[in-house]
Amino acid sequence: MIGLCATAPPPRLIARLDIKGPNVIKGIHLEGLRVVGQPGDVARRYYQQGIDEIVYMDTVASLYGRNNILDVVEAAARDIFVPLTVGGGIRGIDDIVAALRSGADKVAVNTAAIARPDLIREAAQCFGSQCVVLSVEAKARGPGRWEALTDNGRQRTEIDVLDWVVEAEGLGAGEILLTSVDREGTRNGFDHALFRAVRARVEIPVIGCGGAGSAEHVAEAVRGDGLDAVACASIFHYDTCPVPALKAALSQDGIVVRR
Amino acid sequence: MITVVDYGRGNLFSIGQALRHLGAEFEISSAPAAIAAAERIIFPGVGAFADAMAGLRERGLVAPLKAAARSGTPILGICVGCQLMLSRGEEFGDHAGLDLIPGTVTRLPAPRADDAAAIRIPNVGWRRLDTRADAVVLSAVAADEMMYFVHSYAPMASEPATIAATIPVNGQAVPVGIEQGALVGVQFHPEKSGPAGLRLLKRFVGIQQ
Repeated sequence: MIGLCATAPPPRLIARLDIKGPNVIKGIHLEGLRVVGQPGDVARRYYQQGIDEIVYMDTVASLYGRNNILDVVEAAARDIFVPLTVGGGIRGIDDIVAALRSGADKVAVNTAAIARPDLIREAAQCFGSQCVVLSVEAKARGPGRWEALTDNGRQRTEIDVLDWVVEAEGLGAGEILLTSVDREGTRNGFDHALFRAVRARVEIPVIGCGGAGSAEHVAEAVRGDGLDAVACASIFHYDTCPVPALKAALSQDGIVVRR
Repeated sequence: MITVVDYGRGNLFSIGQALRHLGAEFEISSAPAAIAAAERIIFPGVGAFADAMAGLRERGLVAPLKAAARSGTPILGICVGCQLMLSRGEEFGDHAGLDLIPGTVTRLPAPRADDAAAIRIPNVGWRRLDTRADAVVLSAVAADEMMYFVHSYAPMASEPATIAATIPVNGQAVPVGIEQGALVGVQFHPEKSGPAGLRLLKRFVGIQQ
């Protein structure tokens, strides 16, 4: 359009912090754990480095049916002024109210939404779609087929990811946090076929996650797959490609980023 | 004293943290008397337009907010708070707003398939503002800085003079910053937009009555 800047909007670069007890941890394929640091310290460091958004994922909440993550979020929200999403153990409207009161801007739902999809509708009606992120843990089951797992990748469901994302969008989900369980923690690159397949099925923003090992991987997900946002963990946690380096590399590559 | 309006539809935690960080004195209140006595008002909001208006009505806050605007109290509306300052809203039907600023809240233009710069709706993410040079509060954000947005509707102010900032969305310049005297509305979230967003809040908190 004449007179309007026609460059694509900047992709959101999101740090994903998997929380277990008092620690940020990191695994491979959502299993096997290594302690990265304290949630407040880690989040503050990424905020100061210019991260666009932070996702806290309670890795054991669905398993044990408890929530300690809200204390973690509340502490972090005191001096971090970018959007915070909380996932893991969100079972009902009361959990969402508690998460928002603790400083979360959005909640990510997976296990409880698969058990009762109407949770998505109820949450969207109460808090708006912008608040409801559908978290999908996708496991490849053959070419062009993925199964949605629950409980942080521990439980099978037989539900087809491509059907599920369409249903969830119809129920009012505002975004999809799409994690490849196969690639998660490997740093071998994203599951681009998964990203493209989901993006083609839905109209809401899709956040790609699972496998980022370099700035090139992120650039490919943004430019090649057309994703609106990318969530990374290992490359930030292990300083392989810290936030400023990632932004500089993307910028060099012609992708607009927030300074 | 700054009064943050609590009508059950806002992310009060975040705005409170931001004001605390800036060292501003504030109270969070849903009392009509507090709105009437406020020196400055911050009016946040999330969710749907009609539901948010219902939240104001239930608490008897419509008349005090209109009176505060009439008497020149600076008001900063954020996100749905900004939307409610307009005359009408078209989310889930046609609904009356506070009518402090002429205009209608309408759905963002849909993306076209052939547009390489297409923005999906909801528009979620960081955007650079096209700000008018003479904007009083919006000019706190530098031209190369970005604000965080998450919305499907936009405050389409009908008086061009009130539009202080826009962003391009699917081929249209969409109003996202409004200034009309002491009334300021922002569709984005300054409390979630890093140091630049905090600077905008600081500017509002410091402007002279």
